[in-house]
Amino acid sequence: MATDRVPDHLKPNLAPLSLYVPEPKFRPGDAVDFTQVPIPPAGKARRPDPADAADTFIDLAFDLVRVLDDEGQAVGPWNPRLSPDTLRAMLRSMALVRAFDERMFRAQRQGKTSFYMKCTGEEAVSVAAAHALDYEDMCFPSYRQQGLLIARGWSMVDMMNQIYSNTADRLQGKQLPIMYSVKEAGFFSISGNLTTQYPQAVGWAMASAAKGDTRIAATWCGDGSTAEGDFHSACTFASVYRAPVIFNVVNNQWAISSFSGFAGAESTTFAARAVGYGIAGLRVDGNDALAVYAATLWAAERARTNQGPTLIEHFTYRAEGHSTSDDPGQYRSAGEPTAWPLGDPIKRLKDHLIALGEWDEERHAAQDKELAEQVKAAQKQAETNGVLGHGLHQPLDTLFDGVFEEMPWHLREQQAQMIAEETASGRPWARKA
Amino acid sequence: MSETTESSVMPAADAEPSTRMNMIQAINSAMDVMMGRDPDVIVMGEDVGYFGGVFRATAGLQSKYGKTRVFDTPISECGIIGVAVGMGAYGLRPVPEIQFADYIYPALDQLVSEAARLRYRSAGEFTAPITVRSPFGGGIFGGQTHSQSPEGIFTHISGVKTVIPSTPYDAKGLLIAAIEDNDPTIFFEPKRIYNGPFDGHWDKPTQNWSQHPAGEVPTGYYKIELGKAKVVRPGEALTVLVYGTMVHVALAVMEEAGVDAEVIDLRTLVPLDIETIEASVKKTGRCMIVHEATRTSGFGAELSALVQERCFYHLEAPIERVTGFDTPYPHSLEWAYFPGPVRIGEALKKIMKDA
Ligand SMILES: Cc1ncc(C[n+]2csc(CCOP(=O)(O)OP(=O)(O)O)c2C)c(N)n1
Ligand SMILES: [Mg+2]
Repeated sequence: MATDRVPDHLKPNLAPLSLYVPEPKFRPGDAVDFTQVPIPPAGKARRPDPADAADTFIDLAFDLVRVLDDEGQAVGPWNPRLSPDTLRAMLRSMALVRAFDERMFRAQRQGKTSFYMKCTGEEAVSVAAAHALDYEDMCFPSYRQQGLLIARGWSMVDMMNQIYSNTADRLQGKQLPIMYSVKEAGFFSISGNLTTQYPQAVGWAMASAAKGDTRIAATWCGDGSTAEGDFHSACTFASVYRAPVIFNVVNNQWAISSFSGFAGAESTTFAARAVGYGIAGLRVDGNDALAVYAATLWAAERARTNQGPTLIEHFTYRAEGHSTSDDPGQYRSAGEPTAWPLGDPIKRLKDHLIALGEWDEERHAAQDKELAEQVKAAQKQAETNGVLGHGLHQPLDTLFDGVFEEMPWHLREQQAQMIAEETASGRPWARKA
Repeated sequence: MSETTESSVMPAADAEPSTRMNMIQAINSAMDVMMGRDPDVIVMGEDVGYFGGVFRATAGLQSKYGKTRVFDTPISECGIIGVAVGMGAYGLRPVPEIQFADYIYPALDQLVSEAARLRYRSAGEFTAPITVRSPFGGGIFGGQTHSQSPEGIFTHISGVKTVIPSTPYDAKGLLIAAIEDNDPTIFFEPKRIYNGPFDGHWDKPTQNWSQHPAGEVPTGYYKIELGKAKVVRPGEALTVLVYGTMVHVALAVMEEAGVDAEVIDLRTLVPLDIETIEASVKKTGRCMIVHEATRTSGFGAELSALVQERCFYHLEAPIERVTGFDTPYPHSLEWAYFPGPVRIGEALKKIMKDA
């Protein structure tokens, strides 16, 4: 029967099928030319009323909301008109994130811990969002949003204790470094399994709505992670229940060695995913802190007024390796990070403040120095609690804590067995006080 | 009794060219050989194409066989396995990689309800001749999502085979057999021993495969039949049933303790080489089971039940199970979790108490 579908007289004219497999534009050794990447001018994208129906601004899912122009001016309807103090606070947080990353990356290289992940070039995405959200709003991050914690003023020493799995680690050495969990700062426990946080954020938001609360949820995942089924489940649930949630897709264009074309970016934008689900979608210059701030504030207003979810694609670039286990020189051109046309988010915000007459290069350099010292001091303090590379710091019997609320018989037995082993080994480890 | 192994243990003497390989190279060589022999064999998975995989297991395959036979995939394990099932239905022989066994869970429905059931539910009209490769196991400070040993989940599923090699030589021969097999196979690669056979002493330097006889691997085609265990150390005092990384840990403990143990590397968990197990336990009268995976409902429980059912009247001591604890894999305390020399040594004392 199927053969009837193509009339016989047409068959000889059909070329054989061929399988399309995406390929990034540049590989190691290639000269980089990003002129093909469409970058609309700052200030051009329209700003709908946050109460507008999602299907009335579908164009914004294919546009690029930009506020900071090439001269460092904030322009157009999305300009959030922030006070110089707020701008300086954001700049400081972003610079602090970078200083923290530098230091912890080096600590891993020095053998002080097993793993680290930087967010270099993506600092605006999390820092500006943290400034636009209320402190009470709940964040469901991926592993690259350390900026949320830093911008929320969370203790760097506490973060480092986790990175070192040391005696003061709030997670008792149980988690891989950087997989923080800080309920007090509205920061959900990070999972190693990609995109699981997406439907969880929707559930939290649905619960908040069901309880008549005022708090909303926000979640983040990478471009590559949008391929996971959890992403799509989250969008469906959020759409159905109009959940007060903000979906952030951090499109840094790489997922380890796979460029964003393997997540569908050759065919459409990530913001366009929203259109199919009937939810609001915005595509934003992720290296423009003011655009990220404005989009987040706009989405938060929609969520807070029962207009439902918004998906924000943050168009950015992963300026460094995926993690300490990765060497990007093996799969992408070394010229990409510097050629990236949307620049460095820290420099762009700095230039804006300077253009406003509210900052200067000397103050910036002094601040960088001060922040480096601050991180160094935090590191010194954290290291008084030990570093992973110098042995095991967790009391041995904490291994069984937290599997269940109460320990069943079989775990109690195994715990006793472990203590007996420790004695038999002749190398006693620390015990819980 | 099955004609276990010795014939298949070492490279045939008839001068097939061979070379030193670590386990990653051996796995790479198996895919290379099979892609060269069979145009229907394709390799797919996250980062496996241009980059050659985060552990480099597929390095060089894309440049050799092209992008339509070796390609990167979206980060969707459910999609990877579902697509592999569909390709298999067309007639291809996909070898999908799941980057870490800890990330196989999104694919469970496609594996359990689809790949494993296709032959049965279509009365053989459709099959899923796929080989799912995935690095598994801990001991690399990978934390709870880069360390798990979920083999027991798959041995519980009727319709999938589960294979776990412990040497480069076996890895290549078993992977070739798995790819040629017409049923879906889970091929878990013990990543702790990718570079060398780890003896369980985490605080001492590790050997490389270049110093181990099973690091000598034929460069061409050969296969090791699925469902055949290997007696890696013959002995009379007790039988040790083990697979993957733990083969080397258990062997080292037995050697250090000077116990005449018969150590059996199961290599295939399903279908299991029950004849070799039964013959050995009936001979030694003692059985110890070692795996890194958590204890409750682990594959050791199945082995223990089988030995009890078949060898009860030959047993001279209760069966000992040495396993990981029933907790998630911890990051910093991983060596307290790992069933290393001390845990195995304690079990050895117990089982040999009245000997
Ligand atoms: C379920 C699952 N599959 C695979 C992985 C392995 N993995 C970790 S990060 C990553 C790439 C993610 O890329 P993207 O979503 O773009 O985020 P980015 O790292 O760029 O921030 C992969 C494949 C994982 N952690 N979880
Ligand atoms: Mg990415």
